[in-house]
Amino acid sequence: MSENNINITLDVWRQDGPADKGRFETYEAKEISTDSSFLEMLDVVNERLIDDEKMPITFESDCREGICGTCSLMINGQAHGPNKGQATCQLHMRTFKNGDHITVEPFRAKSFPIIKDLAVSRAAMDKIQHAGGYITVSTGSAPDANLTPVPKEAADMAFDAAACIGCGACVAACPNSAAQLFTSAKVQHLNLLPQGQSERWMRVEQMVDTMEDYFGTCTNHGECYEACPKEISLDFIAFMNRDYVKAKIKNRKLAGQN
Amino acid sequence: MAQTIPDLRNPQPIRNRKKPLPFPFNVWQSAIGRKWIMALTGVGLLGFVIAHMIGNFHVLEGPAKFHEYAEVLRDLGGGIIPRMWLLWILRLGLIAMFGLHIAAAYTTKEISRKASDGANFMDGQKSYPGGRDYVAANYASRTMRWTGPIILLYLIFHLADLTWGLLPHTNYVKGDPYNNLSTSLGNLPVAIIYIAANIALALHIFHGTWSLFQSLGLNNPKYNNARKGLAAGLAGVILLGNLSFPILTQVGVIDNDKNECAQFTEQAENTECFEELLSHGGE
Repeated sequence: MSENNINITLDVWRQDGPADKGRFETYEAKEISTDSSFLEMLDVVNERLIDDEKMPITFESDCREGICGTCSLMINGQAHGPNKGQATCQLHMRTFKNGDHITVEPFRAKSFPIIKDLAVSRAAMDKIQHAGGYITVSTGSAPDANLTPVPKEAADMAFDAAACIGCGACVAACPNSAAQLFTSAKVQHLNLLPQGQSERWMRVEQMVDTMEDYFGTCTNHGECYEACPKEISLDFIAFMNRDYVKAKIKNRKLAGQN
Repeated sequence: MAQTIPDLRNPQPIRNRKKPLPFPFNVWQSAIGRKWIMALTGVGLLGFVIAHMIGNFHVLEGPAKFHEYAEVLRDLGGGIIPRMWLLWILRLGLIAMFGLHIAAAYTTKEISRKASDGANFMDGQKSYPGGRDYVAANYASRTMRWTGPIILLYLIFHLADLTWGLLPHTNYVKGDPYNNLSTSLGNLPVAIIYIAANIALALHIFHGTWSLFQSLGLNNPKYNNARKGLAAGLAGVILLGNLSFPILTQVGVIDNDKNECAQFTEQAENTECFEELLSHGGE
């Protein structure tokens, strides 16, 4: 067992509350199993902090299998750590070497206020969802299967967009703190499907306008795609840009004539 | 202890949303619309850069042909539109495109600045205090905000140098572009300024060309893979083309000694001299 253990040094951002000043604190994490995930490693560090009667590090996690989007963490300057297409919970300590120095920071943006230590409020992303991330369907008895035909290509693309777990890594990785990748995934996921057509232009306008209330502007670096644990494509940003300006040009009093 | 604790459920917006204006002004009201305008004006400016470079290759045909090219520009639309009119319409269009391009770039940069620096960062720091590891952002994309102003300063220098003739290092003669170009670029420091500025321009064009497809939403998996190649090719061709002028002047291929009309310093005189030369060349 012991040959699978590594000793690492952590530089962790500690902040007591939203209005407090933050600082880095250094922790020696000894005898960490390489089979543990990054979050499990933090759990072990926290157990030891509690044993020493110190305040444990606050961080967010839920499903720990990469599908909920709760975990965050900027690890060595990269959102969700160095591996592509992985959330922090799926990042294992075997990625690191014995003696590594790891810097851990929260996801940062003006609209991501820090709650405590490594936990940030991503409520601004909920605001974007509230603005148009829904469709209107009649409730009642279940509709017949295949009542609404969906082209295979559209279904595939919509599924790729729907894979977004809303973790905020795109905002954290972006030098401009832009939420373009998240918003475009949420817009296009519905705009590509027949069920989303009735609110299509309203949706893209409202969601983008809300996004711009809180987040920066896209300069097409592509950092968001590299950081995204679900590898959402940059193509969705282009599709969203196209739909947004189309929505501005369209006169919706001529609805149905496009 | 009157510290304000941020409302974690309702973060403070970074802007006050204004009432929407009628089309097309509502496009300018959003950052995505401004990026769209930046991309469209970028295409226009790119067209100018390419046309300017191709036109400048007339300098290799000698002083008389280069003079003729300058005259053709003034006579654009010849016979139908009065002399200088079309040229001025094009110039005004260029100035408008520059203005919109710069205004869009500056205002979107300010939005991003507001979105990324704030109370949750360490005092006085705008980015991750622990450092950030860029994966995709390349040198060209990260320096757009520097190459842009460099190009603007260079543009003013270039106009003062070869259009207005305000700088002392050239023996500026109105109506004799060959003389002006060769005496200006014959100075080593000036040639170095031109070379450095054109490298900045090529970097700007490299990221801009790729980026404009995204900003305009021109995205089609059929040609997406070609976009980076197109950007690199375009930037490379423009870099080589524009660098050839200071380099060829420095090595003596473009030299004012080859200018038969160099002794004339009045526009009317050298125009007459060049037209005389051209009429002999035509025989």
